[in-house]
Amino acid sequence: MAAHLSYGRVNLNILREAARKELREFLDKCAGSKAIVWDEYLTGPFGLIAQYSLLKEHEVEKMFTLKSGKLPSADVKNIIFFVRPRLELMDIIAENVFSEDKMHSSRDFHILFVPRRSMLCEQRLKEQGVLASFVNIDEYILDLIPYDGDLLSMEYESAFRECYLENDQTSLYHTIYGKGDCARHVANMMLRMKREFAGSQNQILPVFDTLLLLDRNIDLLTPLATQLTYEGLIDEIYGITNGYVKLPPEKFAQKKQGEASKDLPTESKKLQLNSAEELYAEIRDKNFNAVGAALSKKAKIISAAFEERHNAKTVGEIKQFVSQLPHMQAARSSLANHTSIAELIKDITTSEAFFENLTVEQEFMTGVDTDKVNTYIEDCIAQKDPLIKILRLMCMQSVCNNGLKQKVFEYYKREILQTYGYEHILTLNNLEKASLLKLQTSSRNNYPTIRKTLKLWMEDANEQNPNDISYVYSGYAPLSVRLTQVLARPGWRSIEEVLKLLPGPHFEERQQLPAGLHKKRQQGENRTTLVFFLGGVSYAEIAALRFLSQMEDSGMEYIIATTKLLNGTTWIKSLMDRPESQIS
Amino acid sequence: MMKSKADEEDYWNSSKFKAFTFDDEDDEFSRLKESKRAVNSIRYLVEEDDDEEEVEKVSWSGEPVGSISWSVSETAASNQKADREPAFPKVSADSGPMSRSHSGYSLSSLFKGKTKGGNFQSLADSPSDPSVRLYAPELRKPKSEYKDYVSDWSPEETVQRMQQGKVVSLEKFRSLQDKLLLLDYAVNAHDGNVITAVLIYLKRTLSKEVLFRELESRQTALRHLIHYLTETRDQRLLLELLRALGRMEDVALLQYKEHLSIADENRRRDFLKNCLSLPFSPEDSAHVQDHYTLLERQVIIETTDRQAERGGKVEVFQKFPRKASILNMPMITTLYYCCFYHYTESEGTFSCPLNIRQTFKISEKQYFVTALAARAKLKAWSDVDALFTSRNWLGFTRKKSPLSFQRVVDILQKNSAPTQVLQNYVALVDDAELRISLAQKHKCHDIVINTYRDLKDRQQLLGYQVKLKRGSAEERKIDELLNNPQIRWKN
Repeated sequence: MAAHLSYGRVNLNILREAARKELREFLDKCAGSKAIVWDEYLTGPFGLIAQYSLLKEHEVEKMFTLKSGKLPSADVKNIIFFVRPRLELMDIIAENVFSEDKMHSSRDFHILFVPRRSMLCEQRLKEQGVLASFVNIDEYILDLIPYDGDLLSMEYESAFRECYLENDQTSLYHTIYGKGDCARHVANMMLRMKREFAGSQNQILPVFDTLLLLDRNIDLLTPLATQLTYEGLIDEIYGITNGYVKLPPEKFAQKKQGEASKDLPTESKKLQLNSAEELYAEIRDKNFNAVGAALSKKAKIISAAFEERHNAKTVGEIKQFVSQLPHMQAARSSLANHTSIAELIKDITTSEAFFENLTVEQEFMTGVDTDKVNTYIEDCIAQKDPLIKILRLMCMQSVCNNGLKQKVFEYYKREILQTYGYEHILTLNNLEKASLLKLQTSSRNNYPTIRKTLKLWMEDANEQNPNDISYVYSGYAPLSVRLTQVLARPGWRSIEEVLKLLPGPHFEERQQLPAGLHKKRQQGENRTTLVFFLGGVSYAEIAALRFLSQMEDSGMEYIIATTKLLNGTTWIKSLMDRPESQIS
Repeated sequence: MMKSKADEEDYWNSSKFKAFTFDDEDDEFSRLKESKRAVNSIRYLVEEDDDEEEVEKVSWSGEPVGSISWSVSETAASNQKADREPAFPKVSADSGPMSRSHSGYSLSSLFKGKTKGGNFQSLADSPSDPSVRLYAPELRKPKSEYKDYVSDWSPEETVQRMQQGKVVSLEKFRSLQDKLLLLDYAVNAHDGNVITAVLIYLKRTLSKEVLFRELESRQTALRHLIHYLTETRDQRLLLELLRALGRMEDVALLQYKEHLSIADENRRRDFLKNCLSLPFSPEDSAHVQDHYTLLERQVIIETTDRQAERGGKVEVFQKFPRKASILNMPMITTLYYCCFYHYTESEGTFSCPLNIRQTFKISEKQYFVTALAARAKLKAWSDVDALFTSRNWLGFTRKKSPLSFQRVVDILQKNSAPTQVLQNYVALVDDAELRISLAQKHKCHDIVINTYRDLKDRQQLLGYQVKLKRGSAEERKIDELLNNPQIRWKN
């Protein structure tokens, strides 16, 4: 079930096991039968940690979704709320508790905050007069949810918004190389913790050689660009949440022999995506243009394997063949799924709209005409294309031009407000605060310098057999990953000037280790770096880092952690005030 | 206009940028087909086992059976029916002895280099005593109650204890100096919870003027207070704070934002009117003015049109009943609506499209696209035609458009314009090749034929003839052309 977590260089399954252990400990603290009331948002992330069976073993008999009003009746001793620390949820809990007291009650209440208790929430419960009703208030530090052998996410949607829009850094209690303001904050906290817990911690063998903290705001460009890896495109088009994707069902209709396909399924098809699936692990990080070839190669191999049955003559051989059947079955079904997904995606990537959008993105990234009103953006507004698409392009133009000229900015703004509604004054203002949009203040544009020094644009990116990270965007090498690459070799000293052009400080802290704890490295053993993206990371960036890990001469393996897995659309959405009413 | 468009097209064709293309289109398609074929052939081979192929069972809702989100709905549903024990799916993968292994690692230790237990130890120490569980200060307790606690902690120690989740009292920090010292230590600790706790205490015990003044030099704490006030929706104090800080634009935007929660259109309009005096930036001020003017007009138009529709006397409302109210729709949608229902009104009315165009300074292109789409939808082809007609100083009429004619054709076609109408505009596309491809797409045979004739391209003409219906007028036309000895074909 979770084997894919332990294949990597660092066994992340340990994290999952630890999380399960802590969950069991908490459940046992509330003796007797229990019902869990879930903040619906949490069921997804928890699903990656535990199945219902684990809860059942610890006397969880009922589970409900958190709703206002009265709690459903359940003959249990304990009611446990599993919630994120959010004020509006506290109000609902208070309502639940109140309506309960009126009837009868010998039931005990508990709250488990995920991932952290919050002063603000407890204060709210107190104001509502229910704080004293809780027997246990605890926190469940589900900070980093293991997604894959080399990928951890906090799934903390609003981290970027809070840090760069609202300037609230409460969320950065965590956690040493770093770049950016938040990275500096985190590093400071870590150093302080280290001082304070001196003595109790040094017995642990360090798992990573290097920690690299990167602020999302040093590289605002990358998530805005359309990802062109297989996994990246699945996320762009269908959205991956908690490792699952929902797909339109038509292409997945299974026709049984002799049975007419009368009713097509109407429910969308839900698939789990991770490296436990051999084929997916093989193709997810490829440029989509290389996926067709990989799938057809796989098809040949599988067909050949099934053909083997004709050669099986002896009973032993037949037995051998049969024993392999389940594995071949799984491979066949996996191939079928990904062939269907690839077809779905291909319909979109070959469309004119996709092509035009990508051309404009690539023009911006190479610095063509970024200082003028772009006719494609203008046309998209006139056609009332989705607002987020427009904002992505507009922000990209702004980032690549070190801000938009006043005339250009005002023109776009007027067109957007007239077409999508004046209330988007607020949306544009938010994007400005996050520096995704800005007015050009000086005539000097740093972006070309950064692009040239860091080789962010590679003229002939090889999509089939990549030799550089730029393949993930068919030409554009993500800035964040380039910084990571340069850090490993030849080191940041070689790019001091460029680092100064990027926002926030850059720094290096070395931790002193007791002599006995220095890892003895085997000959040829790679070093490991944990790259922590504060404010989110895209699947294409992850693919680029995995590519670096696999390069023969890189000598470095990367584990990736982040506050949130994102793409341009989800990112911009997190910066809007009322996104639900605005996706027209 | 046309020239620059042609230049642009030149640029596109010669663009050195590789956009995203499959370098070998057919090959790629066939590859996908190939793997699909393979999949299908295998499917029949192993049909019987189909049911067991899924490693994971998925329920009707698409959630994997046994997952938490599945079970939430499942146990909730069964609960409604009766109190019987729900039948739980047996999932064994998770409950083996492996999962109970006593791993020495804990979640936090891996990343923070500290062991669990040190963090909130007081929580574990006395789980049944509610007063100890709060690591937040007990603000309103009478003094006698916390006598038990050691109460001479320094500000620094207090902050440390708060971080460790221990109970502390802040009440003894009475002087302004002590309070600020406490705040500074909290900020240096980078712990948002502690900063917020101290701020709540300061907010309660200091006058606003003093608090705001002191926060001005403490940006981190200031941001936390702003966030706290935002989260708790303490709008009044937040506005006061922003004003004290001189952040007038933020004040304006924050107040403007409130209009989103006003449902009644009259109240919303009046609210927006009050917003006009807020200290927006000059550009935003103009936009908010437009927002108000727009809603004001929408309210008037909506009232009038609703009556007209009910009255049943106005033809256009009978033929094309309104799908939704126009209230709170964006500007361009309103313009479209007015081009649809009020196109011929005199410029004096609020709903006249030209009046709207002027009042809201709508760009020529936007106006054109909107009017074109609205009139095309109504199949008012003479109106469409009139949009393009302009007279030059000699009095000749000619067709002019702020859009490329390709886009014009596109818009007309989306509104299901007939071929006779489409071909008028396809003919106006300058670039011959583009014109031919558009004409072929929309079956404007005359244009295709005439263009090939002008290019003197006999081969293409022959090729096209094959695609036409036998004995059709178009086919005969090509015959005539091919037999015309006066044309000097280039091939």
